[in-house]
Amino acid sequence: MSVATAAEPEVSPQVALGESIISIKHIERDFVGDDGSVTQALSDVNLDIRKGELISIIGPSGCGKTTLLRLISGLDKPQRGEVTFKGHEIEGPNPERGYVFQQGSLFPWLTVEENIAFGLKAQGKYKEHKDEVGEYLNKVGLAGFEKSYPHQISGGMAQRVAIARALIDHPEVLLLDEPMGALDSFTRADLQDRLLDLWEKYHMTMILVTHDVDEAIYLGNRVVIMTPRPGRIKEIVPINLAHRDRVSDDFTAYRKQLLTKLHFNVHDHD
Amino acid sequence: MSSITADVVNPSASTVKLESREVTKLEPLNSVALAVEEAGAQVTATSKSKQTVRTVPYPLVVAFSAAGFVIAAIVNLVFPQVAPVEFKQGQIWIFLLNGQEAYLFLLAALTLLYVIIGVVDARDPHDASRFRYRAQFRFAAGLALALWDVTGTKLQVLPQPFFPGPSQVMEPFVTDGAYVALNTFYSVRLFAAGFASGVVLGVLTGVLIGWFARAYYWVFPVLKITGVIPAVAWMPFALTLMPTPFIAAVFLLLICSWFPVAFLTAQGIQSTPKMLVEASRTLGAKTPYILFHVAIPHAMPSIFTGIGMANSLSFLTLVISEMMGQPGGLGYYIDQAKAWSAYNEILAAIVVMAVLFSLIMKLLEVVRGRVLRWQKGLVK
Repeated sequence: MSVATAAEPEVSPQVALGESIISIKHIERDFVGDDGSVTQALSDVNLDIRKGELISIIGPSGCGKTTLLRLISGLDKPQRGEVTFKGHEIEGPNPERGYVFQQGSLFPWLTVEENIAFGLKAQGKYKEHKDEVGEYLNKVGLAGFEKSYPHQISGGMAQRVAIARALIDHPEVLLLDEPMGALDSFTRADLQDRLLDLWEKYHMTMILVTHDVDEAIYLGNRVVIMTPRPGRIKEIVPINLAHRDRVSDDFTAYRKQLLTKLHFNVHDHD
Repeated sequence: MSSITADVVNPSASTVKLESREVTKLEPLNSVALAVEEAGAQVTATSKSKQTVRTVPYPLVVAFSAAGFVIAAIVNLVFPQVAPVEFKQGQIWIFLLNGQEAYLFLLAALTLLYVIIGVVDARDPHDASRFRYRAQFRFAAGLALALWDVTGTKLQVLPQPFFPGPSQVMEPFVTDGAYVALNTFYSVRLFAAGFASGVVLGVLTGVLIGWFARAYYWVFPVLKITGVIPAVAWMPFALTLMPTPFIAAVFLLLICSWFPVAFLTAQGIQSTPKMLVEASRTLGAKTPYILFHVAIPHAMPSIFTGIGMANSLSFLTLVISEMMGQPGGLGYYIDQAKAWSAYNEILAAIVVMAVLFSLIMKLLEVVRGRVLRWQKGLVK
């Protein structure tokens, strides 16, 4: 299992998008269960993320991919090792690292518009940036739903609201925790393209946690493969698609490669 | 083609039967079914619609709604008074009248009221169908009044003096109207002071113990133990320790509404989904902001459940404490009437309570509906 620790040298030289923005070094994170049993969620994880990159993290459930994302956001802290953002250790959540949850993270008592404005209001800068609410509402294609409550719109629309809500704070990094996990495949494809548009438009760094191989390849510049018990990075696969086409030969080849790697792990780990 | 069918179907579907909330709800279904059949065989569809939708013209519905009260008035005038009851004359504003006349005035007022409501509701189809739905009950209410009138003091079928007729129940309002009003005002004032302070204190306590672990540790057990004691049990202490009986009763109302509100507020705060708290943290919200803009709004439905419980408990505590050691109030009025065996006065006070407490409940419902308007359409 020497591959896991050697994650850093494997970073593809082809992805030279910008300077390092997030750096993860020798992270350890354990969880103690109610019965006193200790689960190693993350063990010696190393990862360097460059500015403007769109990185997918994939792996079976329990591999610590969400934990890793929470550490980057500051919602959780590692027991050992350090996570730095632009050279500074992450102290806690900050709107400069936006976070999109899987589903049901909208405030049900606020309208779509008020949900998007939440961050601005919480930081006391709603007055100066009032106009941006409508702007971001348009960007995610939700004009006309300003006054709707979350339970009145579809799951895909709700996720678009969640994305707009994170984007309005102009984050440098957008963390996406299986944002399309609960959506049907048509809505999912639509949202994937919207995300790509936003990524290209804002030159943002995006980190996407997913359990969908196609999604990881379709969106990612690099795919980080993780394995469970303990959660480690198994391999990082750079993706170089001539153009994003779900049925191209390139795409199929990557798909095969990733599936083999993930499948192989299932039989290999004990 | 489709527009034609819609035109054919609509008039029959929009006319609704008299007894018919169900029918109103089924309307779309009905019209769909009809439309389908119509596409197939037009003749069967039209004959079927005649069969299923039997309607009463709206003006008749309005007349029907008011008819019960007219019948009650006729019964009161025509039926001879068997029991030797004499009506005392009293004065309302500039009108001199006795209980029987007051009862007839009330029936006339109710008749007029429902006719006016009927005319106003006719303008909106939704209101009109609601008016239709309620027509039967209103008619029955009139009949019930007539029956009460006849079996009470008129025929003395019901044992006297425990079942005074509607005319006798109206009597205190005309002979003693100012006194009834004074006692009603006393109750309202007591209720407002006690219930409002209990709710405010309950929400404060609930937020504290729901949000701060330390407050939960120290205050929650106290709340749990003292909260289950019926507030009126403290009455002897309240009456001796508080400067005035009024303040003592306010205190009792306060503790009886404090407990359910505090308990349910705490529960609502504690059940705030972790995801919502984390989402607000990633959006740059600090702890106080999360408390006021996430935890408390999330707890609102629960808080209103607590307020509803506190409301019913307060009515109970209010009347009991007025019946024991208050210088006024509807409970006090009942207690006084009991000493004179004036059962009509007791019933009059009960009628006032029914109206007053219903109004308070309605008011709370309106406030709740406004605060929780985001829940509209959410299946709970």
